[in-house]
Amino acid sequence: MSEAAPLPELDPPQAVEVIVGFIRSQLEQTGFSRLVVGLSGGVDSATAAFLGARAVGADNLLAVRMPYRSSSADSEADALAVVEAIDCRTERVEITPMVEPMLELIGPVEDPSLRVRRGNVMARQRMIVLYDRSAAFDALVLGTSNKTEALLGYGTLHGDMAAALQPIGDLYKSQLRAVAAELGVPERILAKPPSADLWPGQTDEGELGASYEDLDRILYALVDRRWTPDRCVRAGLDPALVEWVARTVARMEYKRQLAPVAKISLRTPGIDHLYPRRRPGSRRGS
Amino acid sequence: MQVTVALAQLAPHLGEVDANLELAARWLRRAADEGAEIAVFPELALTGYLLSDLVPEVAMRADDPRLAELSRAAPGVLAAIGFVEETDDHRYANAAALLRDGELIGLHRKVYLPTYGLFDEGRFTRPGERIRTQEVGEPLGRIGLSICEDFWHASLPMLQAQDGASLLVNLAAGPARAPGSAAGLRAIAGWHRMQDTYALLGTVGIAFCNRVGNEEGLTFWGGSRLLGLDGAVLAEGPLYEEALVVGRLETDDLRMQRYQLPLLADERLELVRRELDRIIAERADLPAPDGDLA
Repeated sequence: MSEAAPLPELDPPQAVEVIVGFIRSQLEQTGFSRLVVGLSGGVDSATAAFLGARAVGADNLLAVRMPYRSSSADSEADALAVVEAIDCRTERVEITPMVEPMLELIGPVEDPSLRVRRGNVMARQRMIVLYDRSAAFDALVLGTSNKTEALLGYGTLHGDMAAALQPIGDLYKSQLRAVAAELGVPERILAKPPSADLWPGQTDEGELGASYEDLDRILYALVDRRWTPDRCVRAGLDPALVEWVARTVARMEYKRQLAPVAKISLRTPGIDHLYPRRRPGSRRGS
Repeated sequence: MQVTVALAQLAPHLGEVDANLELAARWLRRAADEGAEIAVFPELALTGYLLSDLVPEVAMRADDPRLAELSRAAPGVLAAIGFVEETDDHRYANAAALLRDGELIGLHRKVYLPTYGLFDEGRFTRPGERIRTQEVGEPLGRIGLSICEDFWHASLPMLQAQDGASLLVNLAAGPARAPGSAAGLRAIAGWHRMQDTYALLGTVGIAFCNRVGNEEGLTFWGGSRLLGLDGAVLAEGPLYEEALVVGRLETDDLRMQRYQLPLLADERLELVRRELDRIIAERADLPAPDGDLA
């Protein structure tokens, strides 16, 4: 890939400082002091957990591990390694008995055309568990989505994309690794190939058909620098991949926005009833 | 003499310039088939309304060959159509092009960009700096173009009337608030009262073309109108539905209308300017303008 189309720069300590301030401010404005995060064993949720612990202290962070029966043993071990490194509270809630009846309705496990539907069920079940644990623990759900997957729509709507706040949502995958290293995320997690672990052998880069580094160079050029696809190609980026990324970012717009509301009345939420999400009166108990 | 005016009350496709060019060409030919000499399209008819960051993607230069090509779809017909203009120095404006036989006769850049309530135009485009009229030949002589919100500022249509316009052409993308309710009907009645008043005070005809269709939860209400030089409603489009609204404007009326109601001729322009200069200076806390005897 082209050196003329660089990866985005980042100052990891500065990013950590901004994100920790963001988390604290969101909690302060909502009247919460605790966080719940789903821990998969991957670098995204590990980074979110480290950031959450830094913001509220390990005692106020609950890391929930939610394996499915086919989840890899390495994932579980890595998730535990994060818990040990942070020394936060943790729970293990296996989702297998919760999702099996639904997965049976969808169809045979062997059918690869049903993989995405099955994966969505698992992601949404984890959301249900996280939101339930957040109620029990009196906490907000800390999101684990990064910018690369948000732009490419590589996530499940109302599943892993659901959260009360998104600490790493503006960090590309390649930037996120630098932040993770800065925070002390275990080396083994940084080194392994990213995977949603929704079926055995799945890897993000295998599924997306390109490396995160290549994708991030293109996304950074198209989105942050507002380059046209032509200019990306002139800078040496792969034409077919540029075309796919540009199309996918446009196609996935719906995953990044609330559903539109048909305007009927004089004032309509989201159209002309516009307030900061955290505003006077929105704090719990106020 | 009579001038046939067609108001193309259509629903553009958001962000799809090629599809909208085709759509507009089709409606322009329909207007010509109906005998129209003037065809008015809605605001941003070539791009759709809620563009946000699509603005630079859909923008065109005013001399873009696609605009000229569009106008050739109906030889001899004067077409007013809304698009996003990009200038040579990359300013983006919500603009209306006045075209005939492949030639750009006039251009208006929306002066008043609503950025309140459900509107966020000032976030994505820059306001125009000119209020002008365009010579289009007999029998109308000059016409004045404006875009939607421009009409909510009486100074603009009144300046165009003073500048010689006999027809005010407004291209609109008016979203409905509380459709079907009394409050929603009051909003539409407000548009009607305003148009009726300009026709009366400016002794001009009014051609108002408002789009229909739906974007991101907003529904555009249509209801395009053609008013004669005496303020009579010559044609009116349905609410919410696509329609080619056609009416005939009697231009011979203008002469006697302005004789019996010489409002434009009686206007005290210098007095108005003096008082405006004074108000502007006072509001900015500046010294009184030269020549002020107060």
